[in-house]
Amino acid sequence: MKQTPKDSQTSSRRISRRALLLGTVQLGFMGVLAGRMHYLQVDQADQFRMLAEENRISVRLIPPTRGEIFDRNGIPVAKNEPAYRITMVREDAGDVDVVLDKLAELIPIDPTDIERAKTEMKRSAPFLPVTVAERVSWEDISKVAVNTPSLPGITPEVGLSRAYPLDQDFAHTVGYVGPVSDYDLSKIEDPDPVLMIPRFQIGKIGLENKMEDALRGSAGSRRVEVNAVGRVMRELDRQPGTPGANVQLTLDVMLQNYVQNRLAGESAAAVVIDTENGDILACASAPSFDPNLFVRGISSSDYNALMKNDHRPLADKSVQGLYPPGSTFKIVVALAGLEAGIIDASTNFYCPGYYEVANRRFHCWKYSGHGMLDVVGGLQHSCDVFFYELGSRVGIERISAMAERMGIGVKHDLPLSAVATGLAPTKEWKRANQNKDWLIGDTINASIGQGYVLASPLQLAVMAARLSTGRVVTPRVVRAVDGEDQPSGLGESLGIAESSLRAVRQGMFEVSNNRRGTAYGARIIAEDMRLAGKTGTSQVRNITAAERAAGVTKNQDLPWNRRDHALFVDFAPFEDPKVAVAVVVEHGSGGSSVAAPIARDITLQALCKGDPPLDAYPAKDRDWVAQQQERLRALRPQIDLDAKGRA
Amino acid sequence: MSYLEYRVKTTPTGFRKILYLNWPLALLLTAVASVGFLQLYSVAGGNIGRWAEPQMERFGLGLAVMFIVGMVPVWFWRNISGLAYAISLVLLIAVEMFGTIGMGAQRWIDIGFMQLQPSELMKISLVMFLAAYYDWLPQRKVSHPFWVLIPVLIILVPTFLVIKQPDLGTAILLLTGGGAVMFLAGVHWAYFATVIGAAVGLVWTVFESRGTSWQLLHDYQFRRIDTFLDPSKDPLGAGYHITQSKIALGSGGWTGRGYMQGTQSRLNFLPEKHTDFIFTSLAEEFGFIGGISLLTLYALIILFCIHSAMSNQNRYAALLTLGVAVTFFLFFAVNMSMVMGLAPVVGVPLPLVSYGGSAMLVLMLAFGLVQSAHVHRPR
Repeated sequence: MKQTPKDSQTSSRRISRRALLLGTVQLGFMGVLAGRMHYLQVDQADQFRMLAEENRISVRLIPPTRGEIFDRNGIPVAKNEPAYRITMVREDAGDVDVVLDKLAELIPIDPTDIERAKTEMKRSAPFLPVTVAERVSWEDISKVAVNTPSLPGITPEVGLSRAYPLDQDFAHTVGYVGPVSDYDLSKIEDPDPVLMIPRFQIGKIGLENKMEDALRGSAGSRRVEVNAVGRVMRELDRQPGTPGANVQLTLDVMLQNYVQNRLAGESAAAVVIDTENGDILACASAPSFDPNLFVRGISSSDYNALMKNDHRPLADKSVQGLYPPGSTFKIVVALAGLEAGIIDASTNFYCPGYYEVANRRFHCWKYSGHGMLDVVGGLQHSCDVFFYELGSRVGIERISAMAERMGIGVKHDLPLSAVATGLAPTKEWKRANQNKDWLIGDTINASIGQGYVLASPLQLAVMAARLSTGRVVTPRVVRAVDGEDQPSGLGESLGIAESSLRAVRQGMFEVSNNRRGTAYGARIIAEDMRLAGKTGTSQVRNITAAERAAGVTKNQDLPWNRRDHALFVDFAPFEDPKVAVAVVVEHGSGGSSVAAPIARDITLQALCKGDPPLDAYPAKDRDWVAQQQERLRALRPQIDLDAKGRA
Repeated sequence: MSYLEYRVKTTPTGFRKILYLNWPLALLLTAVASVGFLQLYSVAGGNIGRWAEPQMERFGLGLAVMFIVGMVPVWFWRNISGLAYAISLVLLIAVEMFGTIGMGAQRWIDIGFMQLQPSELMKISLVMFLAAYYDWLPQRKVSHPFWVLIPVLIILVPTFLVIKQPDLGTAILLLTGGGAVMFLAGVHWAYFATVIGAAVGLVWTVFESRGTSWQLLHDYQFRRIDTFLDPSKDPLGAGYHITQSKIALGSGGWTGRGYMQGTQSRLNFLPEKHTDFIFTSLAEEFGFIGGISLLTLYALIILFCIHSAMSNQNRYAALLTLGVAVTFFLFFAVNMSMVMGLAPVVGVPLPLVSYGGSAMLVLMLAFGLVQSAHVHRPR
């Protein structure tokens, strides 16, 4: 049938042969493809499945709610308040400029914020919200909420922000929070990833900083499915995380407020300790500042004003400030002498108005001298010569050891910023630090709390508390964390003979209650609240022999920063001590005239847990005390005591 | 040879031709296209109007084209082969001069009602022309150097035009497809051995040229080769496509993640998921079983073509059928190698499955020629 030419037939055969060959090659290659598919999809399936999950699932952190801080009665000191902000999503907005213009007409927005938002929006993915305005008032946020239909892409959002309702009262102790800085991160080893959340806040100073770990809590997480450009498609699951622990302080809001306001105008610090358990009831440093400024981001002008103030508002003088304790240190020297057996309660020394040793004459503050004095009289009159004599006999080593036993020159472990160690100097210390031999003059100076001795107001208050109880009262500022009570600060016995303690206490009683005591003017006349105190006036300058010859310049004639520091420590009531108080007024001139009245007011306030009755004061003081009470009452925080929380 | 060679009387005429069409082949093509519709619906996230529906319309048009072309006697196609080649060449040159820019490459020409890709047209007209050439050339001259040089030029001229566009994928297809037709026509082994040897040399030279003043490839082409050789080098840049594609494939496992459940394609980790990388999406959602099934369909199409060609006494018809089959094979082989990380990403679509009008219509036209050869085979 077929008439195909031979030529065509052979070519047809050749085509067939080569077609089969090529077909085989093709099928072989398909086999390779199938093999590759098998390798990827079966042999390596688990690995690739994992990679696909990694691609798809992104873990987002949920920042934990920061623990709140309450005072000893459950009144909030640092809390989380709703903060309103306005965010914008570029892809929903359409014309970003038009929407932002409309928004700016509706509520006041800083033009720089708008510019910042615009640049941020250009950079980030179109579906990511960008914050346009922060800390928007409730009125403004309501306006925006009502107008959302005409503001596409704009969302009013609510978040939590730290607030310190008592403003400046707790600025130093509680501190403040702020956004995490690179510097903060550089200090932390292996930082918690939650710190990388934009705008996440951590404690910067004070308790907020020292108790950061407890307050922060741990971040929750939500696993979300994201697409290739990072848009969240849906949430897969969520773990809520743990909110930070609430912290209850030993501080009392009312007393703290009173102390802070009582110190106002001075550059001063005061510490009130509950002698029964070491609770710090108030810990104030004046002047203070508003920590809320720092949370919001302080303006440079405000910050410069704080920095330039010569009263140093940012420093916490109560625990960081170190002062020569002056005559308040005589308590330590007296105890050291009594304990060493150098003197007993009836040993007398003679004060001619000066003390001579190594061809140098050390003067008593009273030029004419005190005559014969025992230890009670020495304290009552704050006779320098008595303590020069006693100190040089006891020796610096025993004075220093007693100082540390009483809490001076040791670092008290408190969750506050830069708690100062102070200094109870020894011969060894001077050799190590100044490479000089200890001189007898150094001991003489230390005997009246001058020279190398340094103490913080906190340490002075601890000293008073330990003296009044005879126990190692350990100060504490945190009462409970997350509802769990912290150990009490009432320690073991100091191991000091009761007779020694009694003699010193009696001396302090005479200081305040003997007509000829140095602080008689600042006494308490109510029998059940009488205080026992010790004045201190510490020099911040050397008085030269020439000046002494010409007559010592009066403090009021000196520039402020050359005047003496005024100090006062006390405990009360004398018969049954409840509180110990230390007050330091920087360059306040005189312990008895400036520090003692402040300390008395604070002591009474602490004992009465409010304004004391006027008849606790000497009759001549009552008028101005009444005026002052009225003035400070006006500054008292208005707290709804029923609404208070409990840590 | 002329049409007189055909036993016209034994060839079906009129509508009876319909009975003699290669129906299993048509069925297989429809099956493959349907896989495409299914997957286009899936990658559009359940939106039929986005890609699946236009693709169905085009396939409908393609089927019509295939049947019409199939009804036209194969000798007509043989006679216009030269013309088809000439027109394609002119269009390629036209694209070089007036073509619009699409996807970074100069490939399209606007002919009013649709965007035409002359390089697609060239794939088929080259095969037609070469088949006609060897049909005309006496068998004894096939391996004569002069008669070998002519088809080599026929292949190289459009190949260079396409490379200039630049479209490396199509160039490879033209070169390999044309070479395969020459091989089938019976050109001596030695020529192929020489060319393959020379190609190895050329590849070496190309790599040597890198960074010099006479650099033979674009930088992006070099980068593609680099990332092909080591995708991990640049996982977020150029290697991203290959890496993500392999992750998608691999995560499919035996049975896949389920229809419309592929996270890689769903969440846009896959590039070009509706065109070049659609196989990845299919393999992610239907797994190894799904991938092998599609590969089997393709293999069956090739086998039906080879069977049809081998049972065809006509030289032109047989060469044309095999040429189309090889071109079709090259399409999916290059595409699959590419998405599986066996070849560089060169931009070759998965035939009949990837979204795209030009390629689909040209392929159906080619299968129309296969049908024509099948219907009009000498009996």
